[in-house]
Amino acid sequence: MLEKALRGNKSYFTWIGFLLVLVGMGFSFYLRQLSYGLGITGMSRNVSWGLYIGQFTFLVGVAASAVMLVLPYYLHNYKVFGKITILGEFLAVAAVTMCLTFIVVDLGRPDRAFNVLLYPTPNSVLFWDMVVLNGYLFLNIVVGWTVLEAEAKSAPPPKWVKPLIYLSIPWAVSIHTVTAFLYAGLPGRSFWLSAIMAPRFLASAFAAGPALLIMICLFLRKYTKFDAGWEAIQSLAKIVTYAMIISVFFVLCELFTVFYSQIPEDMNHFRYLFFGLHGHDGLVPWMWASTVLAMLSLVLMINPKTRNSPGTLAMGCVCVFFSLWIEKGITLVLTGYIPSPLETITQYHPTVPEIGIVIGVWALGFLILSILYKVALTVKTESV
Amino acid sequence: MDETRRTFLKVAGLSVLGFGAKPVVDAVAGTGQSKFERDPKALNGKRWAMVVDQKKCLDAKEGCKECVLACNYAHNVPDFGNPKDEVKWIWQTSYEHAFPGQENPYIEGFVKDSLKGLPFTVLCNHCDNPPCVRVCPVKATFRRPDGIVQMDYHRCIGCRFCMAACPFGARNLNWRDPRPFIKKENPEFPTRTRGVVEKCNFCAERLDVGKIPACVEACKEKALVFGDLEDPNSEVRALLRTHPSIQRKPQLGTRPQVYYIL
Ligand code: SF4
Ligand code: SF4
Repeated sequence: MLEKALRGNKSYFTWIGFLLVLVGMGFSFYLRQLSYGLGITGMSRNVSWGLYIGQFTFLVGVAASAVMLVLPYYLHNYKVFGKITILGEFLAVAAVTMCLTFIVVDLGRPDRAFNVLLYPTPNSVLFWDMVVLNGYLFLNIVVGWTVLEAEAKSAPPPKWVKPLIYLSIPWAVSIHTVTAFLYAGLPGRSFWLSAIMAPRFLASAFAAGPALLIMICLFLRKYTKFDAGWEAIQSLAKIVTYAMIISVFFVLCELFTVFYSQIPEDMNHFRYLFFGLHGHDGLVPWMWASTVLAMLSLVLMINPKTRNSPGTLAMGCVCVFFSLWIEKGITLVLTGYIPSPLETITQYHPTVPEIGIVIGVWALGFLILSILYKVALTVKTESV
Repeated sequence: MDETRRTFLKVAGLSVLGFGAKPVVDAVAGTGQSKFERDPKALNGKRWAMVVDQKKCLDAKEGCKECVLACNYAHNVPDFGNPKDEVKWIWQTSYEHAFPGQENPYIEGFVKDSLKGLPFTVLCNHCDNPPCVRVCPVKATFRRPDGIVQMDYHRCIGCRFCMAACPFGARNLNWRDPRPFIKKENPEFPTRTRGVVEKCNFCAERLDVGKIPACVEACKEKALVFGDLEDPNSEVRALLRTHPSIQRKPQLGTRPQVYYIL
């Protein structure tokens, strides 16, 4: 089936070529990082995780959100999602691949990455994260591919995939829960030390992932022969709306606890984030951008009129996506380190090579996504 | 030596035995035992700990940094000359950064007047319940039976989970190759590569040959005292018995084993 990705029109190949250039650029920066060390990034002793781990965290959410299609379709027999479930699964494949790549580029000694398998350590959450992410990648490749192959042959999917599909549902929840536990169990990092971290992660994931899918569906509807169906897009939009409301609600819960209890250690992180602390305010513009985008998205998504029209719906989804990307991809990780547990403030500024590598990994993800979608859409449009 | 390696050697010896290669076993295991025997001079403790007696620092010469310098030399700690790449095992810091959350409006005055505003010496606390060990995905950080929290530089993958987990900022990544930045190299201790984490090891390598930690030895005023907490007759126990002491961030439950007497 993969050969279907080799045929396409000019704009398809221009797009692929463009992504390849970006991947190449990212890779050349990565080679520089390999020879110099992680000091080439903006990370430091006090802010020891940065953009890489932020992107990783955000993308785990995007990956997990496939379940928002799989669950209604397979568990509730919601036929409307039949056409796009595969898009969710392949999005998960691309997103998890990006996650794993971000982990590898973040390692100080990537040559030793396999130590995680050689010395399995069940008391480490990172060990479990590796297990669940790889498992999820495997599940989605197998399920997506098998179901699609069956469709290409106009045959029902083989029976053995059903259990795998059902397994993938709790598994999706597990990847984001375990990823939240990376943060939520560390003494002395009060910004992350919150029982609501995993629910918050899930809520924002179920908003950001489907928002991206809506944007993709709207794009495909406009520029290709593939139409996901307006009803499917509308159902997704409702999922995004509720998830976004819950996500904002959870953040407000955090704010209440922190500011009503007035424990200085807990408040300082949020102060730094929203207003700046002792004259350091590197994340303030980002946080307010994220806040404004979130408010705007709620207005656009809750109001049925704007949600029901493709133009404003697309805008709403863009707002959701970027608001949450800022929140999880940038501020969540960094603010955990600022101020440090010793109450010092070290700010973080990503470097050019670091941003280049980030763009390269995203391009790699989009490359995988484009190829997989090309295959899937060719099968779908041919079989109609 | 690391327990797992010891087990590995045993297992390796046994599996060779399994193949019936008797002569090899004799060569490897038969006489090999003496090779891994502890130095008879080695210091043995059940729970190594340190007491920092801040008042003693009052007698030191101005700007005394003997403990820090001794450690830097003993462990080939690089000096990058910038805060972003900084690697430090033991350092001096102000009261508010040593004991955050334990400030009050008057202690500042006390530190300034009664303690001459001298900085506090801080290092890895070799916690009894170390979060850094809990999070490490490859057991590159592990706790020895004598309480020392030790690093295996050859196993660390540089994920920096431990740096997020340590509430005392005791851990460092080698953001770049440290070797060109070692002022004066000590051939007795390994240098590290870029991309691995390192921190204070309570001078495990010196204890093994019967020496006390380098910082403790370097402190002429005896402000740093090292010893076995399980031994009721040890100097550390005597100090803790006769003086009120505090720990850093005790509320986090890591059970730090460096105690401070103000
Ligand atoms: S001080 Fe930090 S590095 Fe040292 S044992 Fe405690 S948690 Fe680990
Ligand atoms: S950086 Fe090294 S020591 Fe620290 S958690 Fe990762 S593998 Fe373990």
